[in-house]
Order: sequence, then C-alpha cells, then structure tokens
Amino acid sequence: MGDTNLDVSRLTIREAGDLLASGACSAVDLTDALLRRIQDVDSNIHAYVSLDADFALQQARAADEARAQGKSGPLLGIPIGVKDLLNVAGQPCTCSSHILEGYTAPYDATVIARLREAGAVFVGRTNMDEFAMGSSTENSAYMVTRNPVDLERVPGGSSGGSAAALAAGEAIATLGTDTGGSIRQPAAFCGCVGLKPTYGRVSRYGLTAFASSLDQIGPMTHTVEDAAILLQAMAGLDTMDSTTLDVPVPDYRAALQHDLKGMRLGLPKEYFVDGMDDAVRASILQAVDTCRALGAEIVDVSLPHTEYSIAVYYIIATAEASANLARFDGVRYGRRVSPGNDPVEMYGATREAGFGAEVKRRIILGTYVLSSGYYDAYYLRAQKVRRLILQDFENAFATCDALLAPATPTPAFRVGENTGDPLKMYLSDVFTATANLAGICAMSVPSFSTSEGLPVGLQILGPALGETQILRVGHAFEQRKKAVA
Amino acid sequence: MVYETTIGLEVHVQLKTRTKMFCGCATGYGEAPNTLVCPVCLGYPGAMPVMNREAIGLTVVSGLMLGCDIAHWSKFDRKSYFYPDMPKNYQISQYDKPLCLGGGVKIDLEDGTEKTIGLTRIHLEEDVGKNTHFGASSGVDFNRAGHPLMEIVTEPDLSSPEEAYAFLQALKQILLYAGVSDCNLEEGNMRCDVNVSMRPVGQQELGTKAELKNLNTFKGVFHALQYEQERQAALLDRGERVVQETRRWDPDRGETSSMRTKEDAHDYRYFPEPDLLPVVLEDAQIDAWRKALPEAPRERRARFVQTYGLPAYDAGVLVAEREVADFFEEAVRAGGNTKAVSNWIMTDVLRVLSEKGVGILALPLTAASLGALTKLVEDGAVNMTGAKEIFAVLANKGGDPARLLDELGLAQVSDTGALEKMVDEAISANPKSVADYRNGKAAAAQYLMGQVMRLSRGKANPPMVLEMLKQKLDQ
Ligand SMILES: [Zn+2]
Repeated sequence: MGDTNLDVSRLTIREAGDLLASGACSAVDLTDALLRRIQDVDSNIHAYVSLDADFALQQARAADEARAQGKSGPLLGIPIGVKDLLNVAGQPCTCSSHILEGYTAPYDATVIARLREAGAVFVGRTNMDEFAMGSSTENSAYMVTRNPVDLERVPGGSSGGSAAALAAGEAIATLGTDTGGSIRQPAAFCGCVGLKPTYGRVSRYGLTAFASSLDQIGPMTHTVEDAAILLQAMAGLDTMDSTTLDVPVPDYRAALQHDLKGMRLGLPKEYFVDGMDDAVRASILQAVDTCRALGAEIVDVSLPHTEYSIAVYYIIATAEASANLARFDGVRYGRRVSPGNDPVEMYGATREAGFGAEVKRRIILGTYVLSSGYYDAYYLRAQKVRRLILQDFENAFATCDALLAPATPTPAFRVGENTGDPLKMYLSDVFTATANLAGICAMSVPSFSTSEGLPVGLQILGPALGETQILRVGHAFEQRKKAVA
Repeated sequence: MVYETTIGLEVHVQLKTRTKMFCGCATGYGEAPNTLVCPVCLGYPGAMPVMNREAIGLTVVSGLMLGCDIAHWSKFDRKSYFYPDMPKNYQISQYDKPLCLGGGVKIDLEDGTEKTIGLTRIHLEEDVGKNTHFGASSGVDFNRAGHPLMEIVTEPDLSSPEEAYAFLQALKQILLYAGVSDCNLEEGNMRCDVNVSMRPVGQQELGTKAELKNLNTFKGVFHALQYEQERQAALLDRGERVVQETRRWDPDRGETSSMRTKEDAHDYRYFPEPDLLPVVLEDAQIDAWRKALPEAPRERRARFVQTYGLPAYDAGVLVAEREVADFFEEAVRAGGNTKAVSNWIMTDVLRVLSEKGVGILALPLTAASLGALTKLVEDGAVNMTGAKEIFAVLANKGGDPARLLDELGLAQVSDTGALEKMVDEAISANPKSVADYRNGKAAAAQYLMGQVMRLSRGKANPPMVLEMLKQKLDQ
C-alpha cells in the first residue's frame, strides 16, 4: 500500500482526481483507504448494506493499469457508493428489501456502464428505504442508517445511505435516486450536495423502478463541482430508455462561475409557509441574501398548485409502484416462499414475507387508485393537476433562471419521530415532490446550519434541462458561503 | 324456441418480426426453454421496454389490408394481472388508443351472397410465456414472452359457427397475403377467444354471453361454438339463465366447462405505460405503407375471373395462397396458356405440393417452365401423355421442357406418312372394330384410336389420328 495516512473523509472527486493524476496516490491506495474508513465508522452509521472489497480493489487495480497505459479522466479510479437499487452486474441489488435476498444483478444499469467505462470503482451498496419508499431510511429491511451529524437523527431518505456515507466521510461520491425528493431531502439532512436531473436527462435503465414517470438517478457529492463531474458522466440519450432526451449534454463544469450577475432568481411564496421551521426559514433567507450579494436579482413568484403536490404525488407514485412491484413474485428471482403447489398461494406468501409495511401500504394504495370505478377520480384527476403544477413552473421560468426554496420544511428529525404517522412522514416531501411531478431539475446544496448545528438544504430549482443554471447558482453560493465561514 | 346466435371473436396473431416486441431477443419456436430471453423479457428489476418499430409497421400493414383507420397517435398501457407466465405481472398492451380502428373482413355465405364482418379494433401487445406442468412441479418457458402479438377484435357480427370458421379462414388468408405473420396454428401463431350469446329470434337485446378460451384451431372454434349453441339453447329452452362467465374448451372431451364467473373477473387496472412514448404516425409514413400493400386475395380472385376469364371456383383455388397465385401469373406472363396453366396448377401442381408437403416456392418446377410446357402442348409439339411425363421430371428435378422433350424422345408424331402407316395397321389388325364402327358404334373409333396411340408409343398427334381414322372408316 502507498500512503497509509491518506485522509479520504472530506476528499472530493476533484481533489482525489488531482492526487491520482499527480501520482501522489494510486486508485488502489484510495479504495483501500476508503474501505478502511468504512470499516472504522460504518458500525455507527450503517450507510452501506453491503461492500464488495475484492471487486472494488480489482477495479481500482484496473484503473491504475489504465492510467499507466495513458488513460485519464475525472472519474478514473474514483470510488463511488451505489444506492442499492441500481443494478451492477455481479453484485446484489436488494433495494433494502427481503424480497430481493439472494438476487445477483445479471447486467449493468446504463449509468453504471457509463461510470464503469469512465473508470469509476463501485465500492459498495448504500442503504435506503425499501424500494425507495420513505423519507428517513428507517424503512430499510436490514438496518436503520444514522445521520452522522447527530446519531439520534435520521439521514433522510430514501437515499439516506448515500447521504450518510458522504457526511460520515465514508464516500467520495455516491449515486442516489429521486422520485419525490429522495436525493435532495437526505442531502439537506446530512449537509451534502444532491442533484435530481431533469426527467429524461439520465437513463433509468437498470434503476429498479419505484415510480417510472418520476424516478431519476442523480449525483450526491461533497461539492457542486463534483455533482457536475458525476452528472457529466451519466447524462445523455440511451437507446435502452425511450424516455431519455435526445439533446446534447452541455459541459456542466464550464457553467460554474463565481458570481450570479445577470441572473434572476425567484422565491416561490408557497414554499415559505406558516408553520415551517424558523431555523430553516432563517437559513434560506440568509442564503437568498447571499445570492443577492452575488449579483442575482431576486423576485417573488407564485406556484399556486403547490398545495396539491403531495396528494398528486402519492396517487401517481403509488399507482405506478403497484405495477412496478408486481414482478416480485418468487417465480424468477429473489426470495420465494411456497407453502404448497398453488402459484397464487406462493405469490401471497412470498410478498407477505418479502415486503415491509410501507411497501405494502403503497402497493395497496396504488392498486386502489387504479381500480375500476376509482381511476377517473384519482389517477386521471391527479394527472390533470400534475399538468397544472408543470404549468406553474413554466410560468415562473418564463421570468426566472432558477428558483430558490428550502429543500425540506424542517431539519433532520429524530429516529422514530415520524414512523407512527405516515402522513407526517409524507409531508417531508412537500417541497421536493413538485420538481418530480413537473419533470424539472433541482438540487439541494448545504445552506447555513441551525444553531444546533443541523444542516439545512437550499433547494435550487431549474427549468427542464436547466442543469447548467442550477449548478451555476449552487456553485457560486457554495463558494461564497465557504469564504464567509 | 328458435334462437339466433351472436358471435364476436378476439384473434391473437403473432407477428413475423425478427426480434421481440420490447427487447433485442430473437423470436423463435421450438428452441430449448428460456434460451431466447434477457432481463427485459424476463421482467428483471430495472429493465425497460424499447419499442420494436417493425411490429408497429406490420400492425399498420394489417390494419390497412383490413380497411381499418390508422391512428396517428396511439399509446401503450399496462394491463395488470398475476400469472406465472407473465414476467412483470403486467402485460404491455393498448387500452383506449389502439393502432387501428374499424375495418372489416368479407366472407362468402353458403347461399352465395357476401357478408362483411366488422372489426372493432386492432391493437398491439406482448405475448406471455408458456407454463408446463410436470406432476409435482411446474415450469415456465419465457422464449415466447415478449413476442409481438396483434389482437384483432371483431364486432358481434357473426351468427353461426360456419361464419366464424369462414371469417378465420378469410382473415388468415389476408394476413398471409400481407406477410405479417406465418399464421401457423400448430406453433400458436393464431389463437382465438370467442364471445357467444343466444337470443330468441325477434328479441332486440342481446343474450348473456359466454367467453370461450383456449381455442388454438379453427376447427376447435367451430366445434366449441356448435357445443355452446346447443348448451345455451338447452338452458333457454328449460327457462334457465345463461351465466356470464369464461369457459374453457376441452377439445378431447368436445365440451366447454366453466373457468370463472363474472364475479371473479379480473380488474386489469389499465394505466398508460410510463416507460414508452406514444406512437405518432405521420400521413406520409402511412401512405408509404399503403402504397406498398399487396393486392388482397378477394380482389385478386375477382381480377383473375375478369382478366383471365377463369371460373370463380378456379380463381378461388388459385388465389388461396399468394405464392400460388403469383406462380400462376408468372407462368402466364412467360407465355403459358391461361386455361392450361390454371388446370396444371389446380390438378398436378397442388397434388405434388400436398404429396411433398412443401410450398410452391420449394418446388424445382418454375413458373416459366410450366408456361413453356403448356406452350409445347398448345403448339402440338407434345401430347398430354408426353407432357405429363415431362411435368413429372420438372416437378422432381426441374429443367427445360423443350430439352426434356428431346431427351425423353416424346416429340409428337405429326408426320402424315408415318401416321397413315400406323392407322392402316390398326384398321387391318382390328376388322371387328371396323365392322362395329360401320354398324354405328361410334365408340369403336376410340378403341382404334387407342391402338394407334399404342403403336406410336403415345407420341401420335391425337387430333390428326382421329381425323385420319374417320376419313378412312367413312370411305
Ligand atoms: Zn429479451
């Protein structure tokens, strides 16, 4: 081993890339140091469901060899944590569910194939709410992930493992997925950067679907620049996913600037409501002032249909989930519980034993809203309101380059605080689900922490394919905040 | 009481595409189980469907051949139900926006009139796998899962088992002409669900229907419908009600039995497939397909009657298969005598095909050589006996008829001197027949004719021989 004192706990993709490029350390050193760091701290955090050390070191060696052959690139030899619902050939993909116990992915998700090609190292699989259903990672069938900032608190969810791994210094970068806030909310709770790309910007092929019309894979990183680097490698048309957009991918890193001169940023009044946490409000207003000081013009806007977003979200997401999760039946892969010879009995027993309570709740809800006689009142109406929510954003983006809002109404809540009250738990997605419903891009970057030291997420929302704008805002804010801290 | 029967059909047709509906797996039949599969058609976590444009094209071509309106905008939906042969436990199908609407199929009724069976719609979906039961356990073969499947739904326009049978034959013929499916029933290329109800003659509202499943042959449809007619009529005669239910046809026992009643009917919970974009078809594209359509069998039959002066029955036999009709027209184009080519095909060619169990394209005989053979006969170069010999060689090995004529020494003898010698020999050797003929037994001339043919070893020109015989006998 090379540099045994290598501190990976705050290392960014950019910094690690510089170390590798200069020869200060090898990819094997980096992966080894990270694995040791995980070994040291993860017993308190539980960010990873599983590790694949041998495979990771093998990939790292291959990256070192490739570099020796003259290959280079920002992700060559960079270890990445992968949310446990993305298929990596040869690795488990449990979706933090008992029903996928024993399943080994036979293929690479498109983003994994692209990152593999770029030389990234897949070090382990991060914990999540089962099938991405939840906002605290307490719904994992395997373990409760703790928020490294305060172990009594949740890391958020569903990509809680990916966020906690970053905050605990157990990852340089991770992949998350965002269906209603599952990247941005945990990023906000743990104090890292999380970007949900525009629907169709990143291929979903190989992402175990929760709600197909809402899901997107996105980067979770220490810095906005790292998010740009990771997104660059993942984005673009994919023939395996018909919903990807046939639009060239811009140079995201080139969009990063140090000021916001000439930008108009909107403040949606519906995101600053009575009853929201004072500390969160104060933090976001301070962030808004910072953006103003960076040269942005701040204007008030209105997104009048915001109040319906949670209802619409839970109808559409559960409807799609009820079909997407029907394939887990014990016939072809994963867990099978078969008390007799009757396939219907097998389905019942397998799904009863394999799914957790929240997953069952959502399947039942989704089955109900699609049922004959209820479809028009729920699903069809929800789709209509969804179009109104999109219309709200289109109106706002007609005059603004991006919108500023809190990512969540509160900082990280305590473990167990909301588990008895699903509705309260669902409301933690109130500021994030709208971006998924509208298919636009949005990012959470760490804002000013509360007086208790809890992270707060500044959410920057951009129009469809407006990733360059939100990255620019996020980067300028992040740099200024770092300078004044 | 006298009842009338109302029948509607849902015909599933496997399209002849190279790959499956939503993945790159090859389509195939008879391969080892679960060898034509991938994460997409096995419904693995994260796998997504990608539209097979070839399947869209074949469905539109079918729709155009059947007179449907083609939708400029259509979409796919998820149809949810649990069954072990369903990889995702939902089937990607089309619910309210199918590719084709309307249309119809003409059939001939027994009284010689024509009837049009209306079509409601044609939509595209994916086939499911196949379950096999081995006593204590069951297996699923997913090779078939994801094969593009076209569902053709008729209006309730059919009123007898005979009409249903005629409809299926006509539909199959059109689809074969269109080249969209192999329509091989043994391989499950065409499968049929049947809705059938009965009502007293004169009653306005339709009776309660039963749905029959598991019909894999046209004969099966016919017999199942006959059985259902009797079953439902008997119920109504006894004053009982027909239950709305799904029934299974058991071809071995020759009866239908209840599978499930309306109460436990599936709620398929259709909703738009979020993983696929809607199908948008431009006029220019539809027109291009329309321009490339083959002539439909019925139109072709009419044209054969009109253009070639063939009897309707003969035209019907010739157009039954597109390749045979093509062969006929090619032989005629090659200079063949129309009536003669038609006769050769209807008798000898079709007999050889059924003996060999092959299609016409697999025969060494070419259309051009058949045309040439009829021309040799027409020109008097060979008589029918010799022509049949040449045909046998053509059918088995192929070749040039004129050369075969020489090689086999079958050239017809039309030389007057040579013929006269043989006629004289026959007359002098058969005085009794000559006497019979002169006593008014015209048939005796036929006998003498046969003797001449025998003397010529079959090569004498028969009309010339007959002429010569009559001249000499009548002297
Ligand atoms: Zn396949």
